[in-house]
Order: sequence, then structure tokens, then C-alpha cells
Amino acid sequence: MSERDLRQVSTATNPDIDAAGFTTDAQVSSIEIAAPATPAGKPEGFSVVGKSTPKVNSFAAVTGAAIFADDVILPRMLFGKMLRSTKPHARLVKVDCSRALALPGVVAGATGADLPVRYGILPSSPDETVFAYDTVRYVGDPIAAVVADDELTAEEALDLIDVAYEPLPTIMTIEAALRDDLPQIHPNPRRKNNVHKEVHLEFGDMDAGFAAADHVFEDEYFFEGNTHAPMEEHSVVAAFGADSKLTIWASTQTPHYLHRIAAQVLEMPASRIRVIAPPVGGGFGGKTEPFAHELAAAYLARKTGRPVKITLTRQEVFYAHRGRHPVKMRIKTGVKRDGSITACHLQTWLDGGAYGSYGVATTYYTGALATVTYKIPAYKFDGCRVFTNKPPCGPKRGHGTTQPRFAFECHLDAIADALGIDAADYRKRIAVDPNSTTVNGLRITSCGLRECIDAATKRTGYAVKRARKRKGKGIGIAASTYLCGAGLAIYWNAMPHSGAIVKVDRGGGVTVFCGTSECGQGAEHMLAAIVAETLGVDVMDVRVCSGDTDLTPVDLGSYSSRVTFMAGNAARQAAVRVRSQIASVAGEKLGVTADRIGFALRRVFDVGRPERAMTFLEAAQAAEAKFGTIAGVGSYAPPPGIAGDFKGSGVGPSPAYSYSACVAEVDVDLETGAVTVEKITLAHDVGRAINPDSVEGQIEGGVYMGLGEALMEEQIFRAGEHKIPNLLDYKTPTILDMPPVESILIETDDAEGPFGAKEAGQGPLNPVIPAIANAIADAIGARVYSTPVTPEKVLKALDAASGGVLRLRKPAPAVKPLEPVAP
Amino acid sequence: MRVNGDDVECAFSPSKTLLEVVREDLGLTGTKHGCEMGHCGACTVLVDGVPVLSCLELAVETQGDITTVEGLAQDGEMHPVQAAFAECGAAQCGYCTPGFLMSAAALLDAAGGKALTQPEIGEALAGNLCRCTGYTKIVEAVVLANRRMMEHDRV
Repeated sequence: MSERDLRQVSTATNPDIDAAGFTTDAQVSSIEIAAPATPAGKPEGFSVVGKSTPKVNSFAAVTGAAIFADDVILPRMLFGKMLRSTKPHARLVKVDCSRALALPGVVAGATGADLPVRYGILPSSPDETVFAYDTVRYVGDPIAAVVADDELTAEEALDLIDVAYEPLPTIMTIEAALRDDLPQIHPNPRRKNNVHKEVHLEFGDMDAGFAAADHVFEDEYFFEGNTHAPMEEHSVVAAFGADSKLTIWASTQTPHYLHRIAAQVLEMPASRIRVIAPPVGGGFGGKTEPFAHELAAAYLARKTGRPVKITLTRQEVFYAHRGRHPVKMRIKTGVKRDGSITACHLQTWLDGGAYGSYGVATTYYTGALATVTYKIPAYKFDGCRVFTNKPPCGPKRGHGTTQPRFAFECHLDAIADALGIDAADYRKRIAVDPNSTTVNGLRITSCGLRECIDAATKRTGYAVKRARKRKGKGIGIAASTYLCGAGLAIYWNAMPHSGAIVKVDRGGGVTVFCGTSECGQGAEHMLAAIVAETLGVDVMDVRVCSGDTDLTPVDLGSYSSRVTFMAGNAARQAAVRVRSQIASVAGEKLGVTADRIGFALRRVFDVGRPERAMTFLEAAQAAEAKFGTIAGVGSYAPPPGIAGDFKGSGVGPSPAYSYSACVAEVDVDLETGAVTVEKITLAHDVGRAINPDSVEGQIEGGVYMGLGEALMEEQIFRAGEHKIPNLLDYKTPTILDMPPVESILIETDDAEGPFGAKEAGQGPLNPVIPAIANAIADAIGARVYSTPVTPEKVLKALDAASGGVLRLRKPAPAVKPLEPVAP
Repeated sequence: MRVNGDDVECAFSPSKTLLEVVREDLGLTGTKHGCEMGHCGACTVLVDGVPVLSCLELAVETQGDITTVEGLAQDGEMHPVQAAFAECGAAQCGYCTPGFLMSAAALLDAAGGKALTQPEIGEALAGNLCRCTGYTKIVEAVVLANRRMMEHDRV
């Protein structure tokens, strides 16, 4: 997108002029307009969907008007700070706040004894308390909190809390966690080690599969942990009213789950708690569960009767974490001579950190989606998550599927190379088919995987470049798949996953109420666009009220790439119900049946004779006169029959899957091992792009985040402590590291997606990491089996490939330090 | 202090950073914080047209005209770079956006009517981190704003 029509901006800022440049509602009825002859609902009739327009919330973003959680300032507000463990693993012998509470300006404090209720985002692993009670399990584990009139006083008070620890052996690796002779981080009488969750699943005939194979390949990979590092540090404001009602503003992707767990932990009725999710300054999965500071702020607001704000420092954000699990993987695959897979056995070991978080689900996810990309007739999966004394790991963009995707796509390249098949052709040959069912019972509907591979390879001239071996230059491909929303809610219930209300006011304005959380992915714009398309109004005519448990119907949250598919469908259903009310009245006025009424360009018209029309405003007012207040409700639940019937079948099913293919082009400096990614081309099957610019933005963001994980990002530890808990040392790509990205949108028009749409938020990240790894392997003729692919690992791989004679020269002689220069 | 074209009187502790005073004492919450260590650029404001990391600057030591994101628009009209950011989808979550806008506005305003090169844009914005966009649409927006400002100058 390089050329832009200036008028598009004025269109969006001036609600009196719609996208086509037509004038106001009041004038429309007197002008003859050739309206689209097909009603919205048919692709050729779309007037909002499929058009790139500025997002409805972008004007707040670019003027500083957007109010994030930390921007909420209330009268008499107190500021809270959390005291966090300095020991990775220890008995907590003493926590005494009395000196801190005596400091002038300090108003109250809380420790483990105040909030003893155990909780966890998954009902199956409620292993957290707001504050450590008798044991601390990682450096950064919350121990106490104080609130004071100002932030500095609160911080000063932390130094006055007396804590005594009795150190315990520290468990920092998967190997140590599997040992029987170390203390358990969480007591579990059924085990002797620190295993949190084991999963063993088998589908199809494995023995027959391997027996039928002409070749068997086996590889081991390691994916290093990394973190979301959203630009916004987590923040919460809690206020307890004289009516005994609690309001929580939190930077959360899941206001509904915070609502539920706040009620449990604070032991008060959910009906007295209101959770508001203001715009979230980046989530990527890092804000999808209730955090200790949120519950602490709520508790201290209730205790003091004054509003409380707690905003984490950047260092604390690294401790809050819940990011990418480090995962060790072993894959064994049997193939025929033509490459077709006869059986696959995947084993994963996840380093979970100190608490459960989403870890049970993550463990399943490391095995769940292997079969949704390629045809695997027999499949065995063994997963194992362990506890270690590190910040808890959880879901990061791609949740549990990113690590095995790296491993599997590298593994496939090795197989293709050994069989002499081109890596791209190989993937097309074994890709799953649309409308099929996997061996583990997952339902696949629309699938544009082959189209994605074709588009990405054609656009890059992949075949020519792959064949042309140039020293240090490489090109690689990888493909992937992702969910369009988890098929099951986090806690078992039979209610919808998403609900929406659409209301039309007497001025022709439309409001959509939906519990989604806007974290930059464009949820609000998506809702506005779907409602605007359905009712034939301009997208800027729609106001979005989201993420407020008092005002909006439940949406489970911004995770598992579920919002477009699920909230979009709920909003679509609500808008369709409003539309039919208006259509029935308009039909009477225009003398046609309601099914012949079309909606577009703020007009309601006879689709057979579009000149017979009334304005949307006139039609909405006529409908209100007849029916009373015009509003519609909608909801969405995934259909039955999308999953298998076995224990653990709840993780993996989704009403649809997105597909991606990525081609990476790299340049590797053979002397230093430094990798420069020169270009990324990514084709993504998004079903249908509601706003193509937003989809491109998600792809570019996914490419960026994948690039960081592939080459530099790592959450690493030394002596039990996070080695680099700041944004300088935790390397993320800057604008100078970013290669050109070419996004290709493949539209497969999913039969169940709203207007055919599928997800774009997470899927495009997954193939980027293995595509880069495969390009590096192509460039250097050797493979690095772990992330991030650092220069050191590249040199070691080159060294190993050359038999250890070429590289890793002796260290350079020490250079005499320069004399200090006077300032 | 002179902030966004207005003379303001404000009493604050001398230990406060410019970031804290702007957000807490002046209520200009458009300026964000992402690290308070000068690593991320989210807190960038302009002092006499030059980008400054407000988290590293003591407010009492700040001399000059301060511009925050709230002061970028003139006479009710957005700065070309604001319009371009909205139009190109250069803001996703929007949290780093004010910092980027300030760095970019300084670059664009200093460029006058000259066309900026990609390396010039990259160098000027390399101190601002964004985790959402992959920077692609941010660069597109700056290029678009640069072009519009050049066209405007020619007219």
C-alpha cells in the first residue's frame, strides 16, 4: 500500500460523507443513486467488508486521547507496590509489614494470610495465591503489597518489610525437574519429581505405520523461552464504592476471566464486581489471565475504601511473564519413498516455570495441531510439562504450537532433502485437504494451504533461488496452521463463547456492545465493520462499547485468535436481527416483501429497483415507531462435532483453521555467523479480510515477532535470576532490523466465518521461525537445532559440518584497555 | 514551563522526571512509559523541536518549549504524520504511537520540503520500540506524511 486517496481520511473523520462520497442522509432520499443491486451478504455487494479503511479507534490512538489503564486517575487514589521474592526457591519464614505500615503516607498493606484463596486460570491447576504464603517459587514471586499516598512512598515502604527466607534447592532445568531427589516446587504425593502434567495420546496404527515406512527420520530440537514484552506495562486501578460494588480497570485481554476469579479470590459475588478492559497496550497472550497485582489492588481498594492503582515496572513485567515455554522436542517420522507420512511420534518436554498458568493446555497444544497441517495417518504424542523455579510460562502468540512448528518444519526439510524432493513441493504433496477429518478427530473445513505455498513461492521466485546455490545466501519455506478460536471455554459450561447487542438510536447511530478486549488487533474495528456491512451504514456510524462486564455481554476474551470468528459471528447475528426488524417496516413502506430489502450506503432499498429507497434513518425511525426500541442480541458457540471423543480432545478443536506459508530469504556472514533476513514473504489464508490493512498489519506484526524469536529473543537465567529483565538487554528487533515484508492474502471464504473471515492474529507468526531456520540451513549447508539462531550457534553448526577444522579460532589476544578519557 | 504553546505554572517535587510531571501534574496522559530507563522511546516528547526521552529528564532541568502528543495538532487539524498513522494502520495497540509520532514529527519538520530516505527514517526511529506492527506501516506512514508535506510546501 503506497498510494492513498486523500479523500479516505476526510471520509472517516466526517460522518456526513460516506465512503463513496455521497452526501448526508437527509439529502440522500432526494437524489437518484445507483445503489448496488445485490444485498450485502453477497461478496459483490460488500461496501465495508474487504475495504481498507482507518480503524475506528485509530484517531484516539494518534492523538493521545486513548485512555489505557494507567491513564485512569481517580480522586483520593492510592498507589500500590508489590514486594517480590529475591530467592528462586525458599521457605518463607517471616513476612512482617509493621515497620512499613508505620511509614508516614503508607495507608495499608497485605500479605499471604489476607488472601489465602487458591486460584488458577485453568480450573484443573489452581496453584497460585495472590501472595506467596509459605513458599516462594521464583525470583519475582509476590510476597506482599503496600499502598501509599504516592508511588515513591510505597516503594520506600517495601524496603521496610521484614522478610526471612530459608533457601531450598533451586530447580532451573527440565532435566533437574525430572529428578526424584529434589524437593517438589508444588507438593504432589502421586509423584517424586516436579512433573506438572503428562499427556499420552495415540491415534491410528503406529506399528503398522512405521512398518510400512521406507525411511524413518528422527530429530531433536529445542525452542528457547521468550516473552511478550508488550510496550504497556501491566496496570490496574480498582475502586470500591459506597454501594459495596467494586470496579476494576485492568490491562487485560480477558476481562471475563478476571471477573470470575476476582469473585472467587475476594470472596464476593460476581454481581458486585465490574471489570473494565480499557484499550490494552499490547498483549500477545501476556495479559490473558488474572494477575496477583490486579487482585491485590482490588483487595486493598476494598480494605481502604480508596481507589488503588498498581502499575508494574518493566522488570516486574518480565517476572509476570506467562510467555513462551522453553520446549525440548523429539520427532520420529516414517515416510514412503514419495515422502508421504506413514506415522509420526512427537515427544515434547515443556519447562513451565513456577506455576500452572495455561500450562496444561499448552502441553496439549504442543501436540494438537501437527495433524491439521499435513496428512498423518498414525500419530502418537507424549507431552510432559515440568515446574521449575522461574517466572511461570503460559500462552504467547501461537500458544504451544509455535515450538513444535519450528521443529516439525525443520524436520520436514531434512526429510525432503534426504528424499531429493523440493521442500515446497513436498509440503504441497502432504498438505491436508479441505473438508477432511484428521486422525485425532479434528474437523478441517476451508483450507488454502496449497494456495498459500503456491503464492509465496511464485512471488519470491523460490524455485530459481533455491536451485541457485550461492555461498551465504539462502531461501527457506515453512507452512503452518492456527485455530480460529478454541473450541471449548477454559471452564466447562454450556453457554455461548461470545455475545453481542446491537442497538440503533433515533439519530441513525448504531452501537454494538460486546465483551471483547481491544489489544491492538483491531477487534473494535472488526465489530464496527461487520455491523456496518450488515446494516448498510458507514463504519464510522457505529460506536463500539467493548470490554465492560457491566455493559457488554460476555466474550471470553482476546486469546486463541477467537475474536473475529466468534465475536464477529455474534455481532453479525445481532445485526441481522436488527436488520430484519427494519426490513419488515421498510418493506411495508416501499411495497415489497422484507426479503427484497437491501441495505447499503445508509440507504434501505428494493433490491430489484434500487431507486425505490428510504434512508437508513427514516427506516430505523419507522421501525422504532412500530416495534419500540430497536435492538438485537446475538451469540456464538462453536458447532458440535468438531472434535474427537477422548480425554484431552478439548484442546485443538476449532470451528475453522487458518493456514500460512512463509518464504524467508537470508544472508549469512560466514565469518561472523551474523544472519541478515533480507525479505519475508508470507501468504495467509484469512478466509476473508474484513479490513485488509488490518490483516496485513497482523501479518507484519507476526513476521516481526517471529523474527525476534528466530534470531535474538530469549528469556534466560543465571543463578536462579532472570539475566536480562529489561528492554535493552532483552533484544527485540528495532526498525533497523526489520526486513521488507510482503503479505499475500488468500481468501477461502469460510462457510461459518463472519462474511467468510478467519483469524490473522497468531497464525502468521508460526511459519516465520522455521522459514528463517530453513533459509539459514540452505545458506550454510548445516542446521542449527535450537532457537534463537545466534551467530555463535551458526558458527558452531558450520564448524561441526566441516569436521571441526574450519571455525572457532582461538580467541583474539586481549586488547590493552584504553586509558580513561577525561570528561 | 511552556507546554504545547501554553505557559503553565506547576509545582512538583524536584525529583520528578519530565515524564512524571507531564502525565501526573499536567494530566497529559498521551505520553506513555514503557521502561522508565530510556530503552523504549514510548515517553518521547519534543523540547524545542528535538526528541527527548522524558523518563530520563528531570522536569526542573527542562528548558525550552515542550511539545507532547496532545500538542501535535494545530488549530484543530492533525499533524500530517498523525493523519498518515491513522490512515496506514501504523498504530495497532497505540501505546508506542505517541512516542513514534513525536520522533517522526521532529524528523519530518526538520526535513522541511526535502524527501527523506529510508535510512534517515530508520535512524530517527531506531530508538522507539514497537511490538505490534513490525514497523512496516510506521515507515509507510512517515513516507506518506513526508510526501504530503512536500506537496504542501510546493503549493
